[in-house]
Amino acid sequence: MNIETAGHGTLIIILVMAAVTLVTRWGGIFVMSFVPINYRTQQFISAMSGSVLVAVLTPLAVNGDNGARAALLTTAIVMLLVKKPLPAIAAGIIAAALFRLL
Amino acid sequence: MPTVDNRSLELKWDEVLAGFKQLLPISVFVLIFAVAFGLAAAQKGLDGASILLMSTLVFAGASQFAALDLWGEQVPLVPLIVTVFAINARHLLMGATLYPWLRDLPRAKRYGVMLVASDANWAMAMQAFNAGKSGLGLLLGGGLAMWAAWALGSWLGLYFGSAIENPVSFGLDMVMGCFLLAMVVGGQKNLRMLVIWVVAASSSLLAYWYLPANSHVVVGALAGGILGALWMEKKVEH
Repeated sequence: MNIETAGHGTLIIILVMAAVTLVTRWGGIFVMSFVPINYRTQQFISAMSGSVLVAVLTPLAVNGDNGARAALLTTAIVMLLVKKPLPAIAAGIIAAALFRLL
Repeated sequence: MPTVDNRSLELKWDEVLAGFKQLLPISVFVLIFAVAFGLAAAQKGLDGASILLMSTLVFAGASQFAALDLWGEQVPLVPLIVTVFAINARHLLMGATLYPWLRDLPRAKRYGVMLVASDANWAMAMQAFNAGKSGLGLLLGGGLAMWAAWALGSWLGLYFGSAIENPVSFGLDMVMGCFLLAMVVGGQKNLRMLVIWVVAASSSLLAYWYLPANSHVVVGALAGGILGALWMEKKVEH
């Protein structure tokens, strides 16, 4: 099924996207309201919260260009050394820019 | 861990304001990317009102860029729904991880703060909650800062898009990646977490290569979470 982007079509498409995204924003807490929160659930949740980030980042590092890899590596090193996010992010972006400039 | 005292459940406006301010630096980069989105959307033939409406109501950058890839004189409905859902499915996981700290809020507030849940403010809020501090201000205030930046930038993209024709060459595409990595590195580090991350990373990569597009975040996160539920930390006795 296709929607024409002429006329009201664009509005319908935007509303569909908004509704789907809203389901994802609300679905997690809705489902969890039926799950008993015990120690195992807490362990699942805390392991999953770090894993979300790792799962986003890994393909970025493996399939990205060398600039992307330089950015992530630099961010990790600076973060380990100074333990402050903003300098680490800034260093990562500068690393990517320099790498792509060369 | 979720031993919640009542103070952290109240939504105080000074905390929301503090959260707003704390996420302002990252919002500047969100704004730059929104400008790039506005430009790309305009080039696909979307008018200004539609671009602003989409960014205001959807507020999920990666899925909006993906929607532009499907854009033409007609847009296929099912692929659009599947793509938007798959890319934004990580919100489901974010909501689930936030639940222990949101469950005692009144329902309207609980679902209300989730309207602006996004990668950066979620990661900051989780870090605060895990450290025993209130993250609600970060979640709501920070989310509002990023939402405003995303909407404003998308609109600006109509007029000033060409000024940042190639944000990639300046490394700007890496802002969110570097931010999220800084959150990972700044978090809890021990052998158990390290093993969980390795499992999450390898399952995400395998899913990225062999499973349908955009499934890797959910697969990797669930694999890490399930391992965490099976291999539990020893309970600290008080």
